[in-house]
Amino acid sequence: MTAVPKTAAAPTAIDIPEDDALPPPQTPFRRFVSDFVESPLAVLGLIVFSIVLLIAVLAPYLSPQNPYDLMQLDIMNGKLPPGSQDMYGEMTFILGTDDQGRDLLSGIFYGLRISLFVGVASAFISLVIGAAVGLFAAYAGGRWDSFLMRIVDIQLSFPAILIALILLAVLGQGIDKIIVALVVTQWAYYARTVRGSALIERSKEYIEAAHCLGLGTKRIIFGHLLPNCMPPLIVVVTMRVAYAVMLEATLSFLGMGLPITEPSLGLLISNGFEYMLSGKYWISFFPGLALLITIVSINLVGDHMRDILNPRLQR
Amino acid sequence: MLVFLIRRTSQSVLVLLIMSLLVFVGVYAIGNPVDILISPEADQAEIERVIQSLGLDRPIWEQYWIFLVHAVQGDLGNSFVYNQPALQLILERMPATLELAFAAIILSIVFGIPLGMIAGLRPDAWYSRMIMSVSILGFSLPTFWVGLMMIMVFAVMVGWLPASGRGDTVDLFGVPVSFLTWDGLQHLLLPAINLGLFKISLVIRLTRAGMRENLLMDYVKFAYAKGLSSSRVIFLHVLKNILVPIVTVVGLELGNVIAFAVVTESIFAWPGMGKLLIDSIGLLDRPIVVAYLLITVLMFIIINLVVDILYSVLDPRVRLGEMKS
Repeated sequence: MTAVPKTAAAPTAIDIPEDDALPPPQTPFRRFVSDFVESPLAVLGLIVFSIVLLIAVLAPYLSPQNPYDLMQLDIMNGKLPPGSQDMYGEMTFILGTDDQGRDLLSGIFYGLRISLFVGVASAFISLVIGAAVGLFAAYAGGRWDSFLMRIVDIQLSFPAILIALILLAVLGQGIDKIIVALVVTQWAYYARTVRGSALIERSKEYIEAAHCLGLGTKRIIFGHLLPNCMPPLIVVVTMRVAYAVMLEATLSFLGMGLPITEPSLGLLISNGFEYMLSGKYWISFFPGLALLITIVSINLVGDHMRDILNPRLQR
Repeated sequence: MLVFLIRRTSQSVLVLLIMSLLVFVGVYAIGNPVDILISPEADQAEIERVIQSLGLDRPIWEQYWIFLVHAVQGDLGNSFVYNQPALQLILERMPATLELAFAAIILSIVFGIPLGMIAGLRPDAWYSRMIMSVSILGFSLPTFWVGLMMIMVFAVMVGWLPASGRGDTVDLFGVPVSFLTWDGLQHLLLPAINLGLFKISLVIRLTRAGMRENLLMDYVKFAYAKGLSSSRVIFLHVLKNILVPIVTVVGLELGNVIAFAVVTESIFAWPGMGKLLIDSIGLLDRPIVVAYLLITVLMFIIINLVVDILYSVLDPRVRLGEMKS
């Protein structure tokens, strides 16, 4: 770390060999971690996202109220501003209530759960499909490549929100349906990213060397090509999870996403829209803030990872 | 170049055909076309007449042909709600949407490229960090929520700008536009910023990433070594190289902007195609939905084609690579 100043003092002379000793061998992962903690903003993002994730997982234990249990709701508590007591003075609605008398804080906790589940599940499924297609296209080349990439082109020539709107109009509402819609809209991004970096990697010497060594196709693809395509892919995955969460919220806001029985953040915001003009801002504002915090934290992490994993910016 | 053009155009036509087949299968084969294309209020005689005219009593491949012929002639059915040709209804609303979309794109270029270049030139300066933080925010803010908050702040709380509608329009070459009147401009401002925010952030990030990568490249070092001024290196050589991905993305994003206008339009009650689509889905006005689908498909295919061509002009390697294969 710091160069030990050359001094004549005897005691430091003993320490010098210690400092000069070789640092422990750096694994790529360790280097990644040490690069990652360099940006306080990204670390903050990771911490915030972990908290959000924890809240989403533990929502039933953290929420002051089960927002779906109609027994616990009272319409008389509807549209109370933040910090007000309920009718019986038993609990305080920290963030106020919505039009049904639902505690907004609990609604947000449960909404986060649904939003994150939809986002992560759809991103993971599309990652698997997209990476498989992209690798195959890049490796097979020729006709297969142009055929698959044409499909990707067609897919990408349609904005995600449009495909999702149409699919949901045909399929109807529901968590499984919105995941299907999100996967259909997202897989092509992964396919294109993987194919793009695989094409660049494929023409590099180490792949040629692997060929010359007589390694099998499978081993070259999964052992050499895929790991080297990972950096851009990891960035795309983080960004796409954030995008999927946002897209789901948008679709639910438009009334095309999740049914009213499974209120995600988007639906909560949409519920508050009609009360906004009369100054009851909190019904839309706080769920939106929760959505924003989630997406910003994921993007902060993804953004810094992009910088770390970009080999051209390697310091 | 000509070979490239012909190839890409014929591919686009093929894509259009495939998409029309998919739309056809979705609407005619999976659902019951009688339910989808004929108003529920129609009486028996009307239903018979429409079945006859659409050829729904014939074999499926013949139906597809009839559908195709009708579509090419611009006959995409009548709206149940307005009882007007669906195509005409959509085309009437298209200028409003396009105006909004182009306003957003222009905002994204005017703000995005300079800010991105500043951030890319001095990545560690405080202002660059600020630009990037703001861009992450713009990237992460859900469009619809920003729209709501903008209405909340600018329309409800301070009351500076109108919350909905298009304002006064004047005709430019027979097309009504808002941006030439003061009132229209006021109406346009909030929706355009709302729609453009995401794209501004996107362009900032793309430009910055391009700047950072290109500044490290040998050709930049060479240009400096040759003694070129730094403004010449940056604005001529580097800018040219970073423009390639930006043009592609902005071009492809034009389609996205038009589609995302659905959200902005429904929040700000902007009378464009997107609002018509959402209203029509709500009212089960299916011919409009089908027509919207086909028109946007056509529009996106054209956008893609143009981007492809621009791309090949900017980066000859693409064109040459294509020729070789």
